[in-house]
Amino acid sequence: MTELLLGTKKGLFALEGEPGSEFEVTCRAFAGEPIDFAMRDPGSGRVIATSTSPFYGPKIWFADDPAGEWTQAEGVALPEGGDEALQRIWVIVAGEGGSLYAGGDPGVLFDSRDGGATWELNRALREHRVDEDWQPGGGGLCLHSIVPWPGEPDKLAVAVSAAGVWLTDDHGETWRKGNRGIAARYVPEDASEDSSPLCVHRMERARRDPRRMFIQFHGGVYRSDDAGQSCSEIGSGLPSDFGFPLALDPSDPDSAYVIPLTGDFDRVTPEGHVRVYETRDGGVTWTPRGEGLPAEQAYLTVLRRAFDRAGEGSSLQLYFGATSGDVFGSGDAGGSWFTAATRLPPVFSVTASG
Amino acid sequence: MALVCVHGPLRKLAGGRAEQELGGTTVEELLRELEHEHPAVAGWILDERGAIRRHINVFVNGERGGERTAVGSADRVEILPAITGGAVI
Repeated sequence: MTELLLGTKKGLFALEGEPGSEFEVTCRAFAGEPIDFAMRDPGSGRVIATSTSPFYGPKIWFADDPAGEWTQAEGVALPEGGDEALQRIWVIVAGEGGSLYAGGDPGVLFDSRDGGATWELNRALREHRVDEDWQPGGGGLCLHSIVPWPGEPDKLAVAVSAAGVWLTDDHGETWRKGNRGIAARYVPEDASEDSSPLCVHRMERARRDPRRMFIQFHGGVYRSDDAGQSCSEIGSGLPSDFGFPLALDPSDPDSAYVIPLTGDFDRVTPEGHVRVYETRDGGVTWTPRGEGLPAEQAYLTVLRRAFDRAGEGSSLQLYFGATSGDVFGSGDAGGSWFTAATRLPPVFSVTASG
Repeated sequence: MALVCVHGPLRKLAGGRAEQELGGTTVEELLRELEHEHPAVAGWILDERGAIRRHINVFVNGERGGERTAVGSADRVEILPAITGGAVI
């Protein structure tokens, strides 16, 4: 049985099912509230969710059962008395050794050592944001990607739109900038690489080769073979190298899946045809994977955190949701697709487990 | 002491009572006192900067107020979610 947790514009939806047939909605929590992200912590088994009420601001919540009682987490705020307020929590990721990380706007990282009940702001990264006046992307100054290093709890990489990739080797005590080699097409060619705003859309790390990372950029798909320090472009062969979602097969460090959108001027699936693109050679070649997905008059928008996977190898499952309220899945590593759910509110995020 | 009435989902966080008396010479002081009395409400009305959240309205004796609005003894302060929505929500 696979569990999907969907953050939507109108609440958290938990779905269960088997690949190949429609999933059952087992519960809806936070009815009416925008849920930016929800995940099941593999360490504690808790479900952790983030909401950004237009009235009451961003919160993190946790529950043993998504259909049960939710408790508000503590510490999810910027220091009092400053000139900024927390705007949104974009993502929560399980780290090494039972820790959890949360990333948000304005470019902030929190960590929790107690299963998501209390959170602490990473002040070293915060100081970079303040000192260097990071520029927000269209969705805000969002820290949306957090990639731990398997077996190395002190190593972490994060990505911020539009402040690029940041790396730490000392558990967040100090940070350095990565992403050498990313070429932003929205700044002049002679613009300084150091000062250019870099709108990374999503970043993931290969589990079997942690130095290998993939980045979906705002125009460009990149691969890093040195843990995010430098990158090379691999988007040739895609119908568009603009998009947001990205998923990897943990068993294969040469694998990546992206869902291209037409461009930043038209953020829908190209030509009304929904296709996931797969590489198994580190981005040298890309293969469209669309069997079972809408092929005509389907102008979907898939947001950056609305794509996830469960399992690996030949049993890799892939799931993505669209702002149309449709959710699609594959139980055979993208070879064929089925409709997992329809007519839900706009899907902001998808996480899969099981 | 001002008479404070908290509406909507905030009321449960603020102790559940329809009305309560709180001290403070400004709206911000009064809201800080509300947070002190009921820690669960911290972060729901005032953000980290001490600003009233954009879609929360505070009325003092029927007039819309802000953080620095003066509050006197026996004033009536109402805290409620604003009308919002349409394009985004």
